[in-house]
Formats: sequence, structure tokens, C-alpha cells
Amino acid sequence: MIAIVDYGMGNLRSVQKAFERVGHEAIVTDDPDVIARADAVVLPGVGAFKDCIDGLRDRGLIPSVKAAATDGRPFLGICVGLQLLFDYSEEGVGAAGLGIFAGRVVRFPDAAESRLKVPHMGWNRIYPANTPEAKEILSQTTETPYTYFVHSYYAVPEDPDIVLARCDHGVSFPAIVGRGNVFATQFHPEKSQQEGLAILKAFGNKVSDAAGVA
Amino acid sequence: MLAKRIIPCLDVADGRVVKGVQFLGLRDAGDPVEIARRYDEEGADELVFLDIQASTDNRNTMLDVVSRTAEQVFMPLCVGGGIRSQDDIRRMLNAGADKVSINTPAIQDPDFVNKAATRFGSQCIVVAIDAKKQEDGSYIVKSHGGREGGRATALEPIAWAKEVESRGAGEILLTCMDADGTKNGYDISLTSAIADAVGIPVIASGGAGSLEHLREALVEGKADAALAASIFHFREHTIQEARDYLAKHGVPVRS
Repeated sequence: MIAIVDYGMGNLRSVQKAFERVGHEAIVTDDPDVIARADAVVLPGVGAFKDCIDGLRDRGLIPSVKAAATDGRPFLGICVGLQLLFDYSEEGVGAAGLGIFAGRVVRFPDAAESRLKVPHMGWNRIYPANTPEAKEILSQTTETPYTYFVHSYYAVPEDPDIVLARCDHGVSFPAIVGRGNVFATQFHPEKSQQEGLAILKAFGNKVSDAAGVA
Repeated sequence: MLAKRIIPCLDVADGRVVKGVQFLGLRDAGDPVEIARRYDEEGADELVFLDIQASTDNRNTMLDVVSRTAEQVFMPLCVGGGIRSQDDIRRMLNAGADKVSINTPAIQDPDFVNKAATRFGSQCIVVAIDAKKQEDGSYIVKSHGGREGGRATALEPIAWAKEVESRGAGEILLTCMDADGTKNGYDISLTSAIADAVGIPVIASGGAGSLEHLREALVEGKADAALAASIFHFREHTIQEARDYLAKHGVPVRS
């Protein structure tokens, strides 16, 4: 069973419904025990980085989320849920993240410099890396799929090998990061129509496989 | 490269989709959930529901429409009309909207934009600007929607666009009221002036009657997205035809 972590930041039903659409049951929960027992954990996120970290902390969810992202279970971060996996974000006054991946989260250059609009909002093409993890999570999409983004900040990992797909918006930035069973997308798979559903399906199949073995 | 977006807009009243000419004279074009699902299948880039009735009773109907839609379509959904308070925004987002578009509350109290952006994030706060051309060629912003022609304000659209950007709006939905419903094309000069003036995305609205009009809004008008209603609702063109036309003319769209 897939647990979607609810920490008070917006509607998570679309993530849940998207998993259901591709044949995988998922529950929305703010219970650390449920997260601890889940076969896989999904960490969504909208809004400001610090609000998200505070939301997790206020509900006592940080230990169970960190455990899920480090104990080998399939794990999926979405949007700010990707950014939260890093050490630090410069958004607002700045805030520490979960530190699963080494690196920082920084803002896109202002439109005045880049002539590109911020937020980076809309559909953009992603370019997969040539790694087994990238092939796995993108096994059911087209080769260079368009996915739906809404964000003003992006991650800068210290280890370039965790970048499973890149996207370009004035700067090249990670669209998907991952290592082992931990995956995270800067875009919203649950809003990316067939391509997004294909990614959730690949993740869900991984969960079924892992649960079947265990 | 970020693709330019094609956004069908569904005017909704009493849980049904309608489309008026110049916002008057409504025609019933069906069930919003069904239409949303069809546009999702066709690959629309995003969907806008505009609550054109926005009475208290109708707002609950709209919440129900939004929640039923969000359970079935996996694309971004923006809802406008009838949003009066921060709680209205919360309810709409909780029902499954990804963004809300606000007009009158922002005009009456510009701090409303700051509060909403801080509480919910800029990414889900769209400020709708209804612009009306004056006899001398200048433009003013109108409040209270367009159905009865709206109410004139002292605001000028370009300055207002900059102000709402500085207050945290994540996007601007610009409707040129003189063009709206005419099918004679978007107001390109105002659209491009606003797109140049702000660093956030601009959705052009009002006047789409042909695929060439969409191209004009996205190229000469410099908009990030083109919103249209009747050319899609009455099957004059499909989303795919629009995308093919734009791609053929060098506009970056999803393929």
C-alpha cells in the first residue's frame, strides 16, 4: 500500500486518484505509524518550502518520512516534495531540508535577466539520463516526455549522478532525481496527463514488485 | 523549451457549461465534467472554469463540479468567479482546483493578493484583469466581472498588472472586454504591453475566433497561454488542430 503524506499543504486527492487510475491503491495519511508500515511513501508538496518543512515538523512526521526515504522502500517526492529532500532552500529567509540528498534549492534568475517568466509554469520537455534508474521510472513514457511544472525554485544536487532527467528553462535543472528506490519529480505527474500517469504506474509497479518480494 | 499553452475556458452556471456573446445571451453547451474529460483526452494544456453566476448557492454547486472534475482529469484546473475570501480560495483548492483566479477582491483590497500568495503560494493565485478600452484609446480595469459590463475602476491595466505581480500573483489572466465574444481576435497591443511589463506568465483571453488568432496572441501578443471557448466548445476546431497549426507556424507547443 502506498502512503501519501498529508501535512496540511493542499489537496492530495488528485495524487491519490491518479494512482488509482493506474491500478494502485494509495491512502492519504498524516499518521507516522501508517507511514512507517507503508510499502511505499509519496511526499507531495505545494507552496513555500519552509511552510512544508514546518508542516511536517508540526505533525511529527519528519522521522517517519526520513526513514521511508532511507530504508530502501520505494519513495516518491513531488514538486516541493523533491526540494525537501535536499539540505537547504534559499526560498524566503531560507530553511533546512531533510538532507536525503546533498545540495541546495535556488531560485530561477529573474525575468529581467533571463527574459523568461518565473514561475516556470506549464508544459516542458524532459530529457532522461542514460541510467538504469531513469529507464525504470520512465519505462512507460515516451522518450522525451512533456510534463507539467509550476515552480520558481529548483534543486542543485552536489552529486550530478542523482539527476535522472533534466529540463531547461533558461538554466538546465533536474526534472527527476533519484538514487536506489528514492525518486522525486520537480513536475507534477498527477497533472501531466498520460505521461504523468505512466510515471506513477512505473512507480506503482515497483511498489508491487517490492511488496511481492518481501 | 516551455510550451505555449492552449486553454479551453468553460463558463459555468448552475453546474452547466454556457458560453455567452459579450458575456450576454447564454447558450447551454453541456456538462462541465464530461467536457473537462474530453479536453483532457484531447490533450488541452490546462482548463479554466469560470463561475459566471457566483451566487452563494451556485458556489457550492461549483465546488461539487470542481471536485468531480478533479477526480477524473489529470491536468491543471483553474477556477475563477465567485472567489470573495481567503476561505473561498481554501475551499476551491481543497475541492481539487490547482489555481484560483481573482478579480474584484483584489481590486477592493490589494492586500488580498499578498495574503493569498503568502498563505497558498503564488503558483495558485491568478489575478484576472478585465480591461476595457476608453474613447480616448486608453484602457481601464473593470471589476465585478463582465456580465453586466462590469464596474469601472480608476486602475490602468499595465500598472495594475505590475502591482499584482509585486504583491505575489503567480499569473495574470487578461481579458480584453471589447474583443471578448466577438471572435475577431485578441487585443494584441494590450496583451503584448502587459506581457512585456511583467515577469510572470500572462494568459490572453477574449476574442478567439480562429487558429490564427491563437497564434497572434502567443507570438505578436507575447502571451504564455491563449484561452478560448467557443471555437473549441462548438467543435469548430479541436485542440489537436490548434496545436498542429501553431507548430506549423513555429510556435513552441506540446507535441
